[in-house]
Amino acid sequence: MTPFRLYKSIRSFSTTVDKIANLVKKNKVVVFMKGVPDSPKCGFSNAVVQILRMHDVKYDAHDVLEDESLRQGIKDFSNWPTIPQVFINGEFVGGCDILLEMHKNGELVAELKKVGITSALSENEGSQEKKSKD
Amino acid sequence: MSSKIFNKETDNPVEFSIKEKLTDSLNPSYIEIINESYMHNVPKGSETHFKVIVVSDKFKDISLIERHRMINKLLNDELKCNVHALSIVAKTPDQWKNENTITPSPPCRGGFGNCIQLRKLK
Repeated sequence: MTPFRLYKSIRSFSTTVDKIANLVKKNKVVVFMKGVPDSPKCGFSNAVVQILRMHDVKYDAHDVLEDESLRQGIKDFSNWPTIPQVFINGEFVGGCDILLEMHKNGELVAELKKVGITSALSENEGSQEKKSKD
Repeated sequence: MSSKIFNKETDNPVEFSIKEKLTDSLNPSYIEIINESYMHNVPKGSETHFKVIVVSDKFKDISLIERHRMINKLLNDELKCNVHALSIVAKTPDQWKNENTITPSPPCRGGFGNCIQLRKLK
């Protein structure tokens, strides 16, 4: 690789990193997936969408199939080799397996609560909060 | 045609290498490597989609995300070249005792390489 090309590739790499660093902070929950929430193009991405739907969470979704630099960039950014990837409050929490585990053991409700999101599945406390808001 | 003896090392080289690397480093009390490639839009006999179940003492006091990172790191070469999807179940022997029903991975929805285009063509 010539020095110029190397420079260019380093520059584009850092642009992607900057871009992703902004994306993951844009919403409390951010998902990088294959396809879009209404039409996921991977079973694992679909599982993430279904879980977040059950918790009635609003989130940003980015389709990595639409952007090759994002597809590779997000893997480098999180040092995680697979898609989907879920971020809560700008922090990488994991992929499909981990989100599913967090969903099953109640951790997801707790993590969402920490960032001010009341999951539709949160028991008693969630309904009390709703009542107090009325 | 001469009859061929099935040999994991040569016929399923990726599965073999995954198992070997995880066994060597994590000394698991239980390990299972499931080739789920048949569930996806890839040629028959592919080694692209795997689920690994690893039960090891080494996961004690280690968060789930770090357990996944340990396994991802060990399988870095496989993930770079052959393996497209890796589902991980990583538990300690105690956790495994309590829950040993493993659900299969979700079916493919076509987002692998060219298969979206293939579907569109169909």
